[in-house]
Amino acid sequence: MYDVIIIGCGVTGAAAAFELSKYKLKVGILERENDVALGTTKANSAILHAGYDPEPGTLMAKLNVRGVELAKDLCGQLDVPYSPCGSLVLAFSEEERPTLEELYRRGIENGVPGLALLTGDEARTLEPNLSETVVAALHAPSAAICSPWEYCLALAETAVKNGVELRLNTNLTGMEQTADGWTVRTSQGGFDARFVINAAGVDAEAVHNLAAAPSFATAPARGQYYLLDKSEGTRVGRVIFQCPSAVGKGVLVAPTVHGNLIVGPDSEKVSGNDTSTTGDGLRFVRETAQKSVPSINFRESIRNFAGVRASTGRGDFVIEMGAAHFLDLAGICSPGLSAAPAIGEYAAELLAKDGLTLEKKDTFICERHRTRFKELSVAERAALVEKEPAYGRVICRCETVTEGEILEALRSPIPPCSVDGVKRRVNAGMGRCQGGFCGPRVVDILARELGVSPGDIVQDQAGSWLLDRETKGGGANV
Amino acid sequence: MKELICIVCPQGCHLKVDEENGCAVTGNSCPRGAEYGKMELTHPTRVVTSTVRCEGGLYPRCPVKTDRAIPKEKMFEVMRALEDITLTAPVQVGQIIIENVCGAGANVVATRELLFLERKSDQKEL
Amino acid sequence: MYDLIVIGGGPAGLAAACAAWEGGLRSILIVERDKELGGILNQCIHNGFGLHHFKEELTGPEYAGRFVKLLGETGVEVRLDTMVLEVTGDRQVHMVGKSTGYRVEEAKSIVLAMGCRERTRGAIAIPGARPAGVFTAGAAQRYVNMEGWMPGKRVVILGSGDIGLIMARRMTLEGAKVLACVEVMPYSGGLNRNIVQCLHDYGIPLYLSHTVTDIRGKNRVEQVVVSQVDENRNPIPGTEMVFDCDTLLLSVGLIPENELTRQAGIEIDRRTNGAVVYENMETSLPGVFACGNVCHVHDLVDFVTAESQRAGAAAADYVRNGAGESGRLLEVKNGDGVTYTVPQRIRPDRVEKLCGLFFRVNRVCKDSEILVTSGETQIARFKREHLAPGEMEHITLPRALLDKASGTITVSIREVAK
Repeated sequence: MYDVIIIGCGVTGAAAAFELSKYKLKVGILERENDVALGTTKANSAILHAGYDPEPGTLMAKLNVRGVELAKDLCGQLDVPYSPCGSLVLAFSEEERPTLEELYRRGIENGVPGLALLTGDEARTLEPNLSETVVAALHAPSAAICSPWEYCLALAETAVKNGVELRLNTNLTGMEQTADGWTVRTSQGGFDARFVINAAGVDAEAVHNLAAAPSFATAPARGQYYLLDKSEGTRVGRVIFQCPSAVGKGVLVAPTVHGNLIVGPDSEKVSGNDTSTTGDGLRFVRETAQKSVPSINFRESIRNFAGVRASTGRGDFVIEMGAAHFLDLAGICSPGLSAAPAIGEYAAELLAKDGLTLEKKDTFICERHRTRFKELSVAERAALVEKEPAYGRVICRCETVTEGEILEALRSPIPPCSVDGVKRRVNAGMGRCQGGFCGPRVVDILARELGVSPGDIVQDQAGSWLLDRETKGGGANV
Repeated sequence: MKELICIVCPQGCHLKVDEENGCAVTGNSCPRGAEYGKMELTHPTRVVTSTVRCEGGLYPRCPVKTDRAIPKEKMFEVMRALEDITLTAPVQVGQIIIENVCGAGANVVATRELLFLERKSDQKEL
Repeated sequence: MYDLIVIGGGPAGLAAACAAWEGGLRSILIVERDKELGGILNQCIHNGFGLHHFKEELTGPEYAGRFVKLLGETGVEVRLDTMVLEVTGDRQVHMVGKSTGYRVEEAKSIVLAMGCRERTRGAIAIPGARPAGVFTAGAAQRYVNMEGWMPGKRVVILGSGDIGLIMARRMTLEGAKVLACVEVMPYSGGLNRNIVQCLHDYGIPLYLSHTVTDIRGKNRVEQVVVSQVDENRNPIPGTEMVFDCDTLLLSVGLIPENELTRQAGIEIDRRTNGAVVYENMETSLPGVFACGNVCHVHDLVDFVTAESQRAGAAAADYVRNGAGESGRLLEVKNGDGVTYTVPQRIRPDRVEKLCGLFFRVNRVCKDSEILVTSGETQIARFKREHLAPGEMEHITLPRALLDKASGTITVSIREVAK
């Protein structure tokens, strides 16, 4: 019997698990994929928003501001790449100026520190590559960027270190209310729990409807992005937004913590979890972004991707008891990443109100460290390779990732089982050649370390097979 | 008159072969082109390059080739013959793998050296 | 302190090191990131290499093997499984290897021979889903030829570069079904002989002026959509063809791998994506030379060898005789129809007898002239029956002709009416 079962291990589920792992509780996470962070968490803008955008008084406003405040220390403690770079919202005409003023007003009300309204020239002094057509800007120094999947991994790994059980490849098939709580039926059998948290992202509506009558409707919105090479990584130093509209915060241009430039998203209603990119969508992103920063060189593109945001019609997060002992963490669209740790705190608070006893553990591990060879000094590198020769073998040449780092990831609390799982943990394959060089080498290491055939190694989620069969096995054409 | 692109070398000469006239070739820049033009119309041949299994070397496959061009229609028969072979390192360049493969008049030879390798050193460190 | 450090042990690095040894240097180090010398040639198991240099047709591994053997007869030191991480402006080379540790070595001269990498799906922004099964042709080649694994059963190839064509044949021989080769340009990017012996021989259709406009599949590629493009390379609606396949191979171009070069502050030519070089393959940083695919992408390894021998000999000369006087300088300009030249700069006083010049054209031309002019003066003219962007051109300019030029020389092409 679990005290709490969390369904879904994106950043929201991981943050809830992290929070609950501080208490004397038996907590389990059920994740249908072969790894954590495989939904919206791995495909978004990677921004920790300052918090001037949400309507004051909403959960979004409260949890956003609290979340980014928590992230400051948390990212340090858990070794998550994080940079407090600040953000600018641009106005291109006098008609847009009132929007900036409204955002400023909301920001003050939401408690966002350091906000300032700038003239176009002041904005261009901060960001010389901004368009000449910018007439005013809102500066928010407390906005930050981070690595969203490593944030999720760090929270989940820390939860596991503190005793949470993570079950991957475990697909929810049904739920039944019991005298003590719930029986959760899955592809891996049934689990009993006193409380259930629904953190199923885009599928949260379906999970809710297994437990209770429908109470919200998800309208998935797809956003497409460009990721550009490091040669474009310093085009801007801050997150550059345009004035928000009804469909979202618009197309942004931002540095990433990995040194690249991210550009996007558009926003388009899709059915289900459709993360395809389209020619039209990508063209829109290019053209709109160049309105903010005309000099972006899209020939330096290294990857396009799309993510689906789990928006609902409510205009706020859906965080409430959906049934007795059943907590929905649903509709977590932007600023969900920013709010994540605050959502975790709030979830614990709501469960406590519903009867869960929260008693702090005597020892709670709140630290995490991974070796980042690339960031070491010459002396540190030399000493490390001397001690552990595997750190001397560079596997990913674009990002300078060593075999030692991959082996370290394979011994971590949530070891990767796929090529992209390795990528999310150590950055191998994230660079300009996109795994063309290191892909076969990573497959080799995974097969060797997991004791399986290279043919069993997948690119990412289950079913994303890479290799068909060995040559010289009787398959020659007739 | 038949027009062909010569495949003898990367230059890719545009050949004209006169079938009426004993397959006389024009457009070639070397004698090998003339020979190719004639052969391609009478009985086309190709060199087959592929791999065979190999144990104990740096890689699990050893590249091989037919040491001369074989009749085009025998290419897949030769490919099938290669499936039955498993070499053991060390392998030398030029080492004959199959003599007169499929009666095609060519030997299959190794095209690289593969030294015998202790593979243990690379495993399970850290 | 080494006389010479060669970065990269592929065909370029091997030829440069051998030539530098012949030029009298005795303290030479090759740093190679792979477990063996030979570079990409080791996975190019097809034949067609070496007709110029060895006067016979060799496979890639045989060509590499010949040079490795030649190198074995010299005293050149080799560090395998070792990656160079940084080259500084004062010729310090930072390198790391599992068995060699982290080392910083100094050199009197450096040859950059890091080769190139393949353009990816992200670089050309192919829309669609992102399932597994999209490989660059070179990665697939490594799987098939070296690791012994087939990446798929039913294959579409985007791009008609040579690696793509070679892989069409290779996958077919190993039992896969190659459904189509798709090329966005109205002409092939590969050698004509490869169209014949890799596509025609196996009945694989080549769709010119077409591109991939959608990739479908949740976990693994299930379909790709191919559309015809107009003269501006924009897809034409209504021309879509759907192929049921599990694999898409990309052969959409190669990019010289110049991260170390940029880091060292060496001037890069935007057109070649490689270092700007002088007639002896010296870069803007004295004593640092570049050759092979890191300098500009070649079609033929024989040309890589010739160019790299020039770089190796020049490095030897630099170490033995010092930088020397540069004398007059000629900038080589791209005239009509020419996309780039290598070298980009010529110091005529440094040219002993002949100066080789590589270039590429931007269109397919028949019966043309290559014109070399300086200002109003025509200094040389060469005839060609056939010119194509996929085939690198090579001309040789005698020193006597270079002496007629001043300031700049321009290479252009002109089609001649018959």
